[in-house]
Amino acid sequence: MGKLKGSFSKNIKQFVMLIALVVIIVLFQALTNGTLLKPMNVFNLINQNAYVVVLAAGMLVCILTGGNIDLSVGSVVAFVGACAGTFMITWEWDPYLSVLLCLLIGILIGAWHGFWIAYVRIPAFIVTLSGQLIFRGLTLIVLKGLTLSPFPRAFMSLSTGAIGNFLGGLDPGSGLRNFTSLLIGLVLAAGVVAQQIKRRADRKRKGYSYDSLPMTLLRALVIAAAILYFFWILANYIGTPIVLITVGIVLVVYSYLTSKTVMGRHLYAVGGNEKAARLSGVKTDKIKFLAYVNMSFLAAVAGLIFSARLQSSSPQAGMGFELDAIGACFIGGASAYGGIGTVGGTLIGALIMGVLNNGMSIMGISIDLQQVVKGLVLLAAVAFDVISKQKISLPFLTRLFRRRRQAEA
Amino acid sequence: MADALLQMRGITKLFPGVRALDNVNLTVQEGEIHAIVGENGAGKSTLMNVLSGIYPYGSYEGDIFFEGRECRFQNIKDSERLGIVIIHQELALVPYLSIGENMFLGNEQTGFGGINWDQTYEKAAEHMREVGLKEDPRTLIKDIGVGKQQLVEIAKALAKNVRLLILDEPTSALNDEDSLNLLNLLKQFRSERGITSIMISHKLNEIAYVSDNITILRDGATIETLKTSEVTEARIIKGMVGREMVDRFPKRVPSIGGVALEIENWTVYHPLFTERKVVDNVSLHVNAGEVVGIAGLIGAGRTELCQSVFGRVYGAKISGTLKKYGKPLELLSAADAIREGFAYITEDRKGDGLVLSNSIKHNVTLSRLELVSQRGVIDADLEQRAAEDYKEKLDIRATDVEQQVGNLSGGNQQKVLVGKWMFSQPDIMMLDEPTRGIDVNAKYEIYSIINRLVGEGKSILMVSSELPELLGMCDRIYVMVEGRMVGELTREQASQEVIMGMIIEASKGAQTTWAS
Repeated sequence: MGKLKGSFSKNIKQFVMLIALVVIIVLFQALTNGTLLKPMNVFNLINQNAYVVVLAAGMLVCILTGGNIDLSVGSVVAFVGACAGTFMITWEWDPYLSVLLCLLIGILIGAWHGFWIAYVRIPAFIVTLSGQLIFRGLTLIVLKGLTLSPFPRAFMSLSTGAIGNFLGGLDPGSGLRNFTSLLIGLVLAAGVVAQQIKRRADRKRKGYSYDSLPMTLLRALVIAAAILYFFWILANYIGTPIVLITVGIVLVVYSYLTSKTVMGRHLYAVGGNEKAARLSGVKTDKIKFLAYVNMSFLAAVAGLIFSARLQSSSPQAGMGFELDAIGACFIGGASAYGGIGTVGGTLIGALIMGVLNNGMSIMGISIDLQQVVKGLVLLAAVAFDVISKQKISLPFLTRLFRRRRQAEA
Repeated sequence: MADALLQMRGITKLFPGVRALDNVNLTVQEGEIHAIVGENGAGKSTLMNVLSGIYPYGSYEGDIFFEGRECRFQNIKDSERLGIVIIHQELALVPYLSIGENMFLGNEQTGFGGINWDQTYEKAAEHMREVGLKEDPRTLIKDIGVGKQQLVEIAKALAKNVRLLILDEPTSALNDEDSLNLLNLLKQFRSERGITSIMISHKLNEIAYVSDNITILRDGATIETLKTSEVTEARIIKGMVGREMVDRFPKRVPSIGGVALEIENWTVYHPLFTERKVVDNVSLHVNAGEVVGIAGLIGAGRTELCQSVFGRVYGAKISGTLKKYGKPLELLSAADAIREGFAYITEDRKGDGLVLSNSIKHNVTLSRLELVSQRGVIDADLEQRAAEDYKEKLDIRATDVEQQVGNLSGGNQQKVLVGKWMFSQPDIMMLDEPTRGIDVNAKYEIYSIINRLVGEGKSILMVSSELPELLGMCDRIYVMVEGRMVGELTREQASQEVIMGMIIEASKGAQTTWAS
């Protein structure tokens, strides 16, 4: 009983969020008369939201260390975009070298933030607020307030367009026209099924608790079907977006990092109880420092993705991106106090935000109203989390009940 | 009986797993100074928290009568309305507000359109005169000393029309002069204004100086109430410690080896107030296979000693030598200490011991993840096996090692904490209050684990505020008072009376100038 309750309450949030995501997708699919899941729209949806997923992965790491957020990421995205533009367009440097330099700049910015936060112990909120101003200002200086374009083709091919279609299709004009996407989907789906079965076998062999075979197969098939459906949609348009590779790598790497490595474990420990972590020999300052280095590194990645999609370096790029990333983390179940949250949950959170944005835009709902809806969704998600976890329940409720009991007595 | 100002009858207060108060009775007469004494954990502060409404009516059993009327306080405001004011050991003043602002915090002198500052400071000055505090009421709290801050607390109580003043260890942070002033002030209030006081204190000489009656608490129960003029110190000490020694400790045949840990001339300063010594030139040693205890009151510097040894996680300007198996060591971080085979099991398992939001498994392996990982990647199988191993060895009651530690009982959490530090494979374990807040059975299990560990040749340094526990478990006991080591006793020499006597003698040393 205790166990059931434990694992249930641990996963309930993510499960509920997954259901919520499906409900939101179905809802907007209906409200937009099927436009939401049209192949072209799905392709655009991925391109529009790739940067949010990348930023949210970094933001999750920061939040895990104790509810610290990074307000500077939007400005860092813009600054890195501005650097990329200057290197490639103004100075005509080699695109690959430029990309490497941009990533290095991201790491340096992160080290700057991390130094003040971890070693001088200035609250992250303040350091990154200052970073937000500094790097927005530097962006304007670098770009002299102008927009740079266009980027060389080699750079754009890093993160725009689709993976080349080596296999052809039924009909290049319409319908199922991209066999490559279908193949990718099939490989991934088969991989998931194999992994689920192997995992069950492993757990059984080692004597851990494991699910029944039908349950395992059912789960594997549902996931596989979802993947196939997704890639089938993509196959009906120009194929799999290239940016999906970057996003996929980020998701896999950060899932692995947070769940399987010593470093990841230390992250959760620092956020869960910093004093206990320090007494356990965890270098808490170093962990915080690295979290911010990592954040700005991923902001640089997002900056490159974003400017490639925009095909230009704009001084206004990245405005408000930090809020999308923070929102995605909290909707996805991260705790505002740190120590709790997963990459998978954050992905769900980012998708919920993305589908909301996209769906409401298709419906022609005005930007102002969209903001109101997104704000309410964020509040609802976190309130649900807080209330479902609270053992003490809401203080004003207990007081109310006590009064009543007294009155009855 | 009829004129008793306060009567508390049959007060019982339960915390998860612990009976903090068990049918306690307390009667305080109008116009007296009533002392409450007892060892750490005897239930003194809990009783006062019940009285002042910090634990609201309904969360305890028993009745409170004040001036003959039954009281059912929901919060502090309710008790303050009747003139019951509590001043805690940790002063509750806001450092960056002025004396006047602090005095009327929550009770602001408002006029038309907001706070009336003239009235605030005028009234503040008036109450400050009553307690003999010569300061400008506009001075910030952070700019005056602890002694004056204590006076501000009392002036604040006067501003609330206090009828019954409760002081929890009022002189623990004060020097002799300030202490004497404070005690004289209480006497003056009693004779001139008829203010009744309850004073909790360890300092028996102060109690003898100021109080009319003494109530002794022990293990959450009232032992007796005595007239101060009729008793001796020895009589009070006997009442405080005189409990029956039942067979609460598992037997162990000591097999003690050579010196394992040596600490010499160890001095530590407070990390914030860097001119304050918290550990003063302490030397001690622990042999292999030996359990050594450190006795002392809360605030004697025992925790600070252990934490400063454990990779300097506490303190500033640490000096002294540290040797393990004769080899001098320089431990600069907790990670260093763990690598060199030290473990420190904190007294505050929730505050800085466990990560409550993590599973048993993750907590057990946290302090030495490298034992279950390769090149920074955790081997899930190894980790699982290690965690299950300790769950079984220590009989941690949970369905599996994935269970969140925050959901376990106190005793099981303590076992996870001990398991975590056994996992780190230490040679020297420092246990700080290893059985605080857990029930008798869980205590016995922890004692058995300690015996097993020394049986394996490990050395244990144990800090405890429960004297019977030290007497029952330790081969040797050091006594610490105010940062100094004041005695060392073998198992045969040690008894509760001897240790309490040493502590009281040493803490009195500084005050003989006036107490006689």
